[in-house]
Amino acid sequence: MSFFFEVLVGGLLAGVMYSLVAIGFVLIYKASGVFNFAQGSMVLFSALTFVSLLERGYPFWLAFLLSLLIMLVLAWAIERWVLRKLVNRSPITLFMATLGLSYIIEGLAQSLWGAQVHGLDLGINDEPFEVFGLLLSQFDLFASAVAGTLVIILSIFFNKTRTGIALRAVADDPLAALAVGINLQRLWLIVWAVAGFVGLVAGLLWGARLGVQFSLSLVVLKALPVLIIGGFTSITGCIVGGLIIGASEKLAEIFIGPYLGGGIENWFPYVLAMLFLLVRPAGLFGERQIERV
Amino acid sequence: MNTTQPLPPPLLQLEHISLSFKAVKAITNISFAVQPGEICALIGPNGAGKSSLLNVINGVYRPDEGAISYNGETLHIMQPQHAAERGIARTFQNIALFKGMTVLDNVLTGRNLHVHSSWLEQVFNLGRAPQEAVRQRKKAEEIIDFLDIQPWRNSVVGNLPYGLQKRVELGRALAAEPKLLLLDEPMAGMNAEEKQEMSRFILATQREFTTTIVLIEHDIGVVMTLSNHVVVLDYGKKIGDGKPEEVRQNPQVIAAYLGTKH
Repeated sequence: MSFFFEVLVGGLLAGVMYSLVAIGFVLIYKASGVFNFAQGSMVLFSALTFVSLLERGYPFWLAFLLSLLIMLVLAWAIERWVLRKLVNRSPITLFMATLGLSYIIEGLAQSLWGAQVHGLDLGINDEPFEVFGLLLSQFDLFASAVAGTLVIILSIFFNKTRTGIALRAVADDPLAALAVGINLQRLWLIVWAVAGFVGLVAGLLWGARLGVQFSLSLVVLKALPVLIIGGFTSITGCIVGGLIIGASEKLAEIFIGPYLGGGIENWFPYVLAMLFLLVRPAGLFGERQIERV
Repeated sequence: MNTTQPLPPPLLQLEHISLSFKAVKAITNISFAVQPGEICALIGPNGAGKSSLLNVINGVYRPDEGAISYNGETLHIMQPQHAAERGIARTFQNIALFKGMTVLDNVLTGRNLHVHSSWLEQVFNLGRAPQEAVRQRKKAEEIIDFLDIQPWRNSVVGNLPYGLQKRVELGRALAAEPKLLLLDEPMAGMNAEEKQEMSRFILATQREFTTTIVLIEHDIGVVMTLSNHVVVLDYGKKIGDGKPEEVRQNPQVIAAYLGTKH
């Protein structure tokens, strides 16, 4: 039984890492109704920038702040040269734009910092230690704490400030939002900058785990089932979805895997997401679309 | 017309406005003025350029030529946000509400430009934030009372019937406490009773908030009872401008409306 709990808790903690990536998607989806294909590239870009600065001898905090600054500049550039031209276009147009952006950002990252694999040591011990008789990864606990803090800060910011209500308004109808005087450009800048910040945090934690390299931009694929289960519009949904994915994939691997020849961890989340789509297309916390016919 | 009484300077003045989309001329050399406190109706057949003109006034479209003076300030380039900041609010032909939000939240977004506390104050509910939140809420409730939509205060707007949505949209515009209110077909698709109700709200807005209103409406009966000033457009040109009684007598207007020879 203690083994079951060990797997469960280990899975939950791993799931938080998925949530972290998913949050970046939700932010931009909420502000523009668009799935930001470039989120993975932003994760890669920020992690690569951080690691390269670190390797050039910058101290940890300075490297972090500089990376953050660079992500802000990136957000500003995206707003200024891409999004501003696309106000009031259909979501599919914006989506295609993020698709293009993803290649540009990826290329930019690798031409600036090179394509080799970098190791990243955040100085956190990854040795397991015992809590209530369960062996847990210290790194996973740290990652969960970071994700938890991030979610609390973001929730307060988006629920307590008028930026939050403006965000929902813009997602519903950009033209009407402009007409009531909402500053669309500022809002998009804020959202992309925050998504960049979340990408940086996710990039550091995932980079420390997998190494900072091109394939880092692929961790976002695991965020998809998280979003489908949690709903595209809810930060809470990201966390819950991440926990469900993390726990279920690890439990499935251990307890169902042997009957299917193992390795099911890789595809199990997608099957789970598909089942969710059949039962609850808007996800657990998503806003259900109501269409009057 | 009474010429002994000097007119106050107009709140809104359009001078030689032209607008075209590629080869299509939507508006050709239109000038007219709107006096403070009046209800000015823009009428004309479909495709006459009425909505385009409204979009020029609040900066959605940029005219190819001409200038707009508003409240003593002449602007060549207006943007929707600048218009909102200067006290111009509007509604749209096809309702443009925030459909996923409640009636109250929709009206509150109209208060957007009256929020002055910073986001830090809002996060910690300190400084100006708490008082301001109460003030915004109070104002929003006043508007909701004014438009008689209390029972639906917490309903999600997307679920409400069309006529009510139109009223909520007016509410969101009023929440901004506009000097100039632009209404694009506020009564489109309504039955006689709903039209009457909406007319009452529009007149009450003019009376109680001394708001200047420019509206587009197809129902000539409604236009004649509602407005102080009528501007008639046809094929992007102005063919009539004056008091409702005068415009009704104008042979050009009659021709445009009844389709007799041009």
